[in-house]
Amino acid sequence: MAAPLVSLDDVTVQFRTDRGWTTAVDGISFDIAERDCVGVVGESGSGKSVTALSLLRLHARGTSRFPRGQVRFGGQDLLTAPERDLRRIRGRDIAMVFQDPMSSLNPVLTVCDQISETLRLHQGLDRATARRRAIELLDLVRIPDAARRVDDYPHRLSGGMRQRVMIAIAIACRPRLLIADEPTTALDVTIQAQILELLRELRTELGMAVMLISHDLGVIAEFADRVIVMYAGRVVEDAPVDALFRSPRHPYTEGLMASMPALEGGITRLYAIPGRIPDPDEAIAGCRFGPRCRHAEAICRVAVPELLAIEGRHRVRCAPRTRATGGL
Amino acid sequence: MTELALAVPAAPAALAPRRRFRLMRRLVGHRSFQIGLVLLVLLTFAAILAPLTGIDPSSMKVRLRFRPPSQAFPFGTDGFGRDVLTRVLYGARVSLWIGFVVALLSGVIGALIGVLAAQFRSLDALLMRIMDGLMSFPAILLALGITAALGPRMESVIIALTVAYLPAGARLVRASALVVRELDYVLAARIAGASPLRIMLRHILPNSVSPLLVHMTFVFAYSILAEAALSFLGVGVQPPTASWGNIIAEGRDYATEAWWVMLFPGLAISLAALGLNLLGDGLRDVLDPRLKGPG
Amino acid sequence: MEALVQVRDLDMAFPAGSARGQPVLLHVLHKLSFDIGPGETLGLVGESGSGKSTTGRILVGLTEPTGGSVKLFGRSITGPGRRASLAAVRARLQFVFQDPHAALDPRLRVGHSIAEPIDIAGTHSRRERNDRVRELLELVGLPRDSADRFPHEFSGGQRQRIVIARALALAPDFVVCDEPVSALDVSMQAQIINLLMDLQQRMGLSYLFIAHDLAVVRAVAQRVAVMYAGTIVESARREALYAQPQHPYTRALLDAVPRPDPGRARPPVVGGEVPSLLAPPAGCRFHTRCPHVMARCRSEVPLLRETAPGRQTACHLLDGAPPA
Repeated sequence: MAAPLVSLDDVTVQFRTDRGWTTAVDGISFDIAERDCVGVVGESGSGKSVTALSLLRLHARGTSRFPRGQVRFGGQDLLTAPERDLRRIRGRDIAMVFQDPMSSLNPVLTVCDQISETLRLHQGLDRATARRRAIELLDLVRIPDAARRVDDYPHRLSGGMRQRVMIAIAIACRPRLLIADEPTTALDVTIQAQILELLRELRTELGMAVMLISHDLGVIAEFADRVIVMYAGRVVEDAPVDALFRSPRHPYTEGLMASMPALEGGITRLYAIPGRIPDPDEAIAGCRFGPRCRHAEAICRVAVPELLAIEGRHRVRCAPRTRATGGL
Repeated sequence: MTELALAVPAAPAALAPRRRFRLMRRLVGHRSFQIGLVLLVLLTFAAILAPLTGIDPSSMKVRLRFRPPSQAFPFGTDGFGRDVLTRVLYGARVSLWIGFVVALLSGVIGALIGVLAAQFRSLDALLMRIMDGLMSFPAILLALGITAALGPRMESVIIALTVAYLPAGARLVRASALVVRELDYVLAARIAGASPLRIMLRHILPNSVSPLLVHMTFVFAYSILAEAALSFLGVGVQPPTASWGNIIAEGRDYATEAWWVMLFPGLAISLAALGLNLLGDGLRDVLDPRLKGPG
Repeated sequence: MEALVQVRDLDMAFPAGSARGQPVLLHVLHKLSFDIGPGETLGLVGESGSGKSTTGRILVGLTEPTGGSVKLFGRSITGPGRRASLAAVRARLQFVFQDPHAALDPRLRVGHSIAEPIDIAGTHSRRERNDRVRELLELVGLPRDSADRFPHEFSGGQRQRIVIARALALAPDFVVCDEPVSALDVSMQAQIINLLMDLQQRMGLSYLFIAHDLAVVRAVAQRVAVMYAGTIVESARREALYAQPQHPYTRALLDAVPRPDPGRARPPVVGGEVPSLLAPPAGCRFHTRCPHVMARCRSEVPLLRETAPGRQTACHLLDGAPPA
């Protein structure tokens, strides 16, 4: 297999709080191949967004640190690379789309200004060329009447249109990896469908890899080739999308799927995972899902389980579930 | 209400670890708040302990005019032979008191005006136009006018500065009260039939005052400076009562020969203003949710 | 069955500035009618701007509608006598908010927040009140000592339990739930939905359950009304609506929801966006996006009419022709 585009190895992120350093993300390892589409799913506090930000080292300086781990991209470790190199990579090789299209655009600049900024910065285009390119990009993200819309200010655009503009900015330099952090969460369901469709089309047209972060298993199922499930700062399951939804192996993944209300089939009482999501600084011995797990055994309360392969590319962090195979 | 005696089978959900007094802890751990607090406490103690120097701040000994700082008179003496250290300490009582009272009065009255304007929309236009009117004069000119009208006494300085600093506080509280009154917990109280007065006192006021608290520390500092300015202009606290402002005013004619008469009260003013600003910065960092770190 | 809640021809327009000297109105609701019976849950689904939240606010008296009537427990809370009627029905009426962080006063201990409706009504002695708070905490599955704590000590799901406890303080008959689980994580969502269902069964509550999530509504509501741009386009029993949606918008909405099924053949995506309520389109408000639009849809407003027993749809496609 060819070398992966990005490779996360034991990435650990800590934040400073009133009570010292808190580990938000603990030993995350996975690869993203060229043209791969990885979905990262988890609830609040799972560390999914923190993981994404570490790919661009966008955490606030001084209040965050990386005690160990590497993010390898193009022969460099992004966690230790000089800020200048990172600035070149951000927006050009790795681009990002955020959840809130309202606050991601500067209200006093036109759409054209904001798209050209990236182009002029990374590609050194002159004003006129950048403008022409901006209109092309708006066309590419299916904004009707692009030549006119390009001079609008963000407040004239709907939420869905703004997210399209954000995507246009992100793909302006044809990045090799697009990180989309809950790109449709703030949008209505019909607009969400439009944006997901657009992302799918762009991904094929531009041949880029996508890392999609979402709390919504439905969005992940319809978009990703491979899914990484995170819980309380750790990867608990990593599998191809079909395998994960056909036969989830981690009790947390199972519980999550069972607690989702469905649109088809019989109407029954929902399964609810008991307890609550732990705080990042809460000390939990062994498996962090242990206290809420229906299948917890004695071993789960003592030893931190490892992420082990049980079948092909299906990896699970669960001692009882990996014991049978002993890990492959 | 018998139907409510039934218990739901679900086991009580476990609670997160206790997170009490988080604010206090953040505040106490805040560096500039610590420094500011220490400065202010020291100044306050100095003011309280002023009689310990054993010297009458107003006793004049012409024989001892303009003595430079020495063992006997650490801050020297002024043109009437009064001990400058003693006068600065007694002056602290007046200056800090004026600052404190002005901050408190303008804060309390400003909060009431602001929250009334936000909660009772019919009063809003009237109250805010009055505040606009007051705001349109430079604070020091307004104060100058009021003290001139009421006579140069400590009470008039307090009234003048309170009126001058009132509008800013009222506007601040009104702005945050306008946000708070639309929050869901206020709607919940309205749905339950709470009266506007109850909503104002129980929900809106307590949740709108944190920016004002920060503002009040700055008003405290401004008032000390403004009192000095007013006294310097001769309409502030009148001699022989010592205030930091009038000590400086009395020393200005001899500034070149007897620099110590102006230097030490000047330093005291700077220290007090610095301490209060640091305190205010600390309060703002801790109280302003926008400046809080992740989680 | 006498309806607890009776809404007829509800209209709501907010002033939204002025243009060329003429006041501009934002028509957020247009001729809305529905009933809710005792012990029943009506689900109100729609996207942003559909007017579902405004409807909820009108029903608890937070907003006065500009037209139409609302009867709660047989008393009209619109028109003259509104204040007196609201005061009379207030104790039987409650509201659960979307954001459990904004719904609790951060400076009040949880016990005080829960007891607020009791304190305002002034119906209980101090002892009774405190006993009641403990009873309510137990009812929503929180430890009894929660009363002395502050909201920030609780997680989102726990806060929503507190909000529900406050809503139940005076044992209401009708509760408006405005997106009660949409701010919560999936695993917390299921807990709160189950709690709301249990409480309904035990106390015979009626709910108006407002949500944008069709799957959540399906889990809780016996009847569902779908709103689009201020109008109800379809209302039916849950089984019928989800199995055979009649209105093209309901169909589009259902199709657009992503399913946790990677193999699903994705239906075509409906284009366009919700129209501006400042100048809603003539005729059917969905005609700008409808895949089955006809000439008639652009000029003539379709009326909500019975297409099958207990089922109403506002669409010209269903005129004369048997339901698809």
